[in-house]
Amino acid sequence: MIIETRTPQETFDVGKKIGENAKPGQIYTLTGDLGVGKTVFTQGVAAGLGITEPICSPTFTIIQEYESGRLPLYHFDVYRIGDIEEMEEIGYDDYFFGQGICLIEWANLIEEILPENLIKVTIEKDLEKGFDYRRITVTGLEEA
Amino acid sequence: MKDTLILAIESSCDETAASVVKNGRTILSNVISSQIALHTLYGGVVPEIASRKHIEKINQVIEQALSDAGVTLDDLDAIGVTYGPGLVGALLVGVAEAKAIAYAKKLPLVGVHHIEGHVSANYIEHPDLEPPFLCLIVSGGHTHLVIVKDYGEFEILGRTRDDAAGEAFDKVARAIGLGYPGGPKVDKLSKEGNPDAIEFPKAKIGDCPYDFSFSGVKSAVLNYINHAQMTGEEVNRADLAASFQKAVVDVLVEHTMLAAKDYGMNKIAIAGGVASNGTLRAAMEEACKKNNYSFYRPSPIFCTDNAAMIGVAAYYEYIKGTRHGWDLNAVPNLKLGER
Repeated sequence: MIIETRTPQETFDVGKKIGENAKPGQIYTLTGDLGVGKTVFTQGVAAGLGITEPICSPTFTIIQEYESGRLPLYHFDVYRIGDIEEMEEIGYDDYFFGQGICLIEWANLIEEILPENLIKVTIEKDLEKGFDYRRITVTGLEEA
Repeated sequence: MKDTLILAIESSCDETAASVVKNGRTILSNVISSQIALHTLYGGVVPEIASRKHIEKINQVIEQALSDAGVTLDDLDAIGVTYGPGLVGALLVGVAEAKAIAYAKKLPLVGVHHIEGHVSANYIEHPDLEPPFLCLIVSGGHTHLVIVKDYGEFEILGRTRDDAAGEAFDKVARAIGLGYPGGPKVDKLSKEGNPDAIEFPKAKIGDCPYDFSFSGVKSAVLNYINHAQMTGEEVNRADLAASFQKAVVDVLVEHTMLAAKDYGMNKIAIAGGVASNGTLRAAMEEACKKNNYSFYRPSPIFCTDNAAMIGVAAYYEYIKGTRHGWDLNAVPNLKLGER
């Protein structure tokens, strides 16, 4: 599935739709350059799950948990993970194999511990189509 | 009167730390794992240790804190520990350790909120500071503007809607190739640049004048870099760093001053890792001077994650009567003011 958006609000809405239809145990990977709208997309997913708290980036904290919605949302940014063992230290398996939704940024850094059934979301810019143009590619949603 | 000695433990994120605090304001020791030579921990052997391996460091860190303070576990009156917010696996190591020591030594256990600790760092070097005051907490994971109504009592006025202030620094540093951690590196490079060279947007949140948003300025910086790349212009990194830093610092100072005026506060404090940013300290100090407010800030060593600040917060909780049971658990998303 490929969706084109032209404003942050449209990117938010794509996330929201995904949040509304999300099922327990799903793991989403979220890929895109800095400033492409990963936070906005995640805020949309959270809104779709009915989460009311502010969604803050997990870059420093590695994981942010939100429990106020229809399902728990576990938002990861594993950029600062230096060694795969550190994922053990933070108890990742409780999240990956739990009843919530995992949304993981920089997932390629922890490929070896990711389960097979992933839903991959990629957000890309195409500067030829304008500064605010984004192409959002979602794969794996049909099988999951 | 007999002294009250508290051993405090902090392991909420990257740092494993322990401290002994006397009567809430005197720091007898302050040990932070990343800042002590590893050979002292491992007796000459220096293994590669990934960050957040709290369990491998915590016992040595505590022993060091006790020996630096010249006390033993038998001299203590209570154990303080950060139990949230943070990484659950990291927090659990500190909480389990604190419980074990408290149980074995029959000492009271006092759980502390990490942000309450950051705020309390201000008490260490400012014996005159007492609530109420306004405090801006800015770090890699947190951005809060709060009124400290009393010890351990907070009214949250504003918070970030997306990225924490420290994170915006890290991400911009990443984009211009400065590496991690971004804050000190951006601060350093800024000194060579012109803060008025580029005008970046200062996000205002319509419905809450004290809230922050740093995602927009981060995107503006990235768009600026993209645009320069497309048109083949060279980016002056020092100017960019200085201008970005000014955009962030201006907003932090403006919101703090607005809140001080609206709530009639004349004591202003800052806390958290970003509070060691030189430009922020200078700008906040100047704004306070202009408005005739007293300005308080911890030394950089107490801005970073440390256990001394947890010991201070634990002391005030302890004398208020806060006690946690053996069922104390790590709470990764603990809200400020929650028990």
